[in-house]
Amino acid sequence: MILEKIAELLAETAGCEASDITPDTKFSDLGIDSLDIVELIMNIEDEFKVEVEMDQSLVTVSDLIAKIEEQVKNA
Amino acid sequence: MNFNIIGTGMYVPENIITNDDLAKIVDTSDEWITQRVGVRQRHICVNETAEDLAFHAAERALNNSGISPDELDLILVATVSGETVSPSVACMVQKRLGATCMAFDINAACSAFIFLLETAAGFFARGTIKKALIIGTERMSRIIDWTDRSTCVIMGDGAGAVVLEEGSGYLSSTFTVKGDDTVIKIPQFIGNSPFFKLEQEKPYLLMNGQETFKFAVNAICGDVEKLLEQNKLTLADIKYIVPHQANKRIIDFASKRLGVEEDKFFVNIDRYGNTSSASIPIALDEMNREGLIKSGDLLLLSAFGGGLANASCIIKW
Repeated sequence: MILEKIAELLAETAGCEASDITPDTKFSDLGIDSLDIVELIMNIEDEFKVEVEMDQSLVTVSDLIAKIEEQVKNA
Repeated sequence: MNFNIIGTGMYVPENIITNDDLAKIVDTSDEWITQRVGVRQRHICVNETAEDLAFHAAERALNNSGISPDELDLILVATVSGETVSPSVACMVQKRLGATCMAFDINAACSAFIFLLETAAGFFARGTIKKALIIGTERMSRIIDWTDRSTCVIMGDGAGAVVLEEGSGYLSSTFTVKGDDTVIKIPQFIGNSPFFKLEQEKPYLLMNGQETFKFAVNAICGDVEKLLEQNKLTLADIKYIVPHQANKRIIDFASKRLGVEEDKFFVNIDRYGNTSSASIPIALDEMNREGLIKSGDLLLLSAFGGGLANASCIIKW
């Protein structure tokens, strides 16, 4: 569910197919820059009603999923 | 009682630095800067000071308004890059114009122009002034680290000015300050006191790009929605949103999130870069001289920046 939504939002930003995005996908491999990642995070924050801290630990899609799951669990 | 804007002026130094010029100084390219920041060129001072820029913009605004310097009751200047702490830039502009009125500077970084309008509105409301000159002037090239490719490609030098007279054109405003020195910071020279033990930080602009982007987009969207709701207006009632020209990407994403077409935003960052407090008055002068705004049009000015502070207002032209 979270992966699907991220894949959808990320595909829109990166201009690729949502089906190409897996938990192991690295943001740096999608040809998107640091501001694209902020746009993605802001869209995700709206979607899941969470606040995601932006830091260097966000490398792959699964890193982002973990951050969201942690917040959803604590909510 | 508040004010109407009766004249506008701007001035930028002659020297134009293109993205290709910058690529010779730092590791960057025209494509990278254009895509990620939206700047194609910026004007950079060679032998002008922030005071010079302010003076020339002020002269043009006064000419445009048709009033003379001796009619002014107040001069306010916004700057974070003036060459002197004292005298203030406002005092020196007063001298060079040959005006005799009160004059002082206000620092609220990139959102300062709106803070100045609010301050002037207070003077008009008290009935103590009839005419005011409001200037944003920046020699950002003085306070950026020219070896830091993440900031030096964004900024530009310039000044913009408006002349105000008694009226009722300042309809509504909103101000938000959330003190923070981790997202945007410009340290000063710490002096040579033999007693002071803290270390000098580099006296250049430090900016966390991602945090700034998020703060800025939220600031524009939040302020626009708040002002429209407070005034029972919709975006259709607003002729232009005039945002602080910080980064084209901020403006693009804000327009997307507000669900409004991009041409609702006036954009000139491609030609001037980010001129901090000068960006909105420069935009107003371009719009005024290009005939984009007519008497009675509503403009929503929206600024955000160091502080952190954001400020927006609706004015009737």
